[in-house]
Amino acid sequence: MENSIYLDEARDPLIIAEGWMKDGKDVAIATVVETWGSAPRPVGSHLVIDAEGNFHGSVSGGCVEGAVVTEAIDVIDSGKAKMLEFGVADETAWQVGLSCGGRIKVYVERLG
Amino acid sequence: MDPYALKTLNAERRARRAAILVTDLGDGRDRTVREGDQVAGDLGAAIAKAFRSGSSGSVEAEGRTFFLNAYLPQPRLLVIGAVHISQALAPMAKIAGFPVEIVDPRTAFATADRFPDVALHAEWPEDVLKRQPLDSYTALAAVTHDPKIDDFALKAALDANCFYVGALGSRKTHAKRVERLLALGATADQIARIHAPIGLDIGAASPAEIAVAVLAQAIQAFRSRGLEASASAQSSESILEKHDA
Repeated sequence: MENSIYLDEARDPLIIAEGWMKDGKDVAIATVVETWGSAPRPVGSHLVIDAEGNFHGSVSGGCVEGAVVTEAIDVIDSGKAKMLEFGVADETAWQVGLSCGGRIKVYVERLG
Repeated sequence: MDPYALKTLNAERRARRAAILVTDLGDGRDRTVREGDQVAGDLGAAIAKAFRSGSSGSVEAEGRTFFLNAYLPQPRLLVIGAVHISQALAPMAKIAGFPVEIVDPRTAFATADRFPDVALHAEWPEDVLKRQPLDSYTALAAVTHDPKIDDFALKAALDANCFYVGALGSRKTHAKRVERLLALGATADQIARIHAPIGLDIGAASPAEIAVAVLAQAIQAFRSRGLEASASAQSSESILEKHDA
């Protein structure tokens, strides 16, 4: 019951993002801000991405992470936050949709 | 995200304190709000609600859209007493999402054989709590009804503002306990926070049923944090007196 026993620091996206920042890396943070229907990860879930495309955490069950990483590298370059939407009704869903049939909205922003 | 907001947020999370990251989805500005920080208006009300529920989501306030991401520490349960009730309570609490630890200095009770897969401390609560202090996201259930073992832990739980403090024993046993806790320096307000007799009134008879009543009461206390006045009025009507040996 030490302070951080219940915080799995080695796998915690926000702790990793802070570590990357301290190492001087450029970092983007993606957050699930809304879900409809069956969505694999709850609102508030994070995926953190560095400029090389390394990532930790998840915003879905692995269905859309690839697309989010690509967008995140853009966000790191431009510094401009993006709101992404994924779902079966979406055109992009044919490429990177959610097999579960749900829809999610993911906010991607640069750290700093 | 503002690096300072991230650092503050992670510091709160590491210290097992609740925090909410508030992001203005219009301009991307964000800040970390600690539990207890005063925020005015509709946004403040939404933040207070998110601290209680632990649910994240968007909210409209002051003509803007904010995303509230709530980070609550993992609630956990510390049980004083490696007794029959605890044998049922430990696996149930684990399923309900509360990591459990059990403390009992009586080595005949605190055995791995009786408590497989549970963090077990065959030590005095004084020694365990020195190493692993209590906090407001910990529930404490004292079920030995031995004052030498329970009392110190109960006082420590009240001082640490544990979200749930329950003590096994009849009203008569509890009246004597209250006198001892007052002598240890507990205030009347603190005493009023103790759930005794322990557990919701579901007519529990067996040790396993009492465990259900205790777990349900702990969950109720967790989900009504910050609404103490109304919640304690409802939950104080528990009647597990007959289990006072």
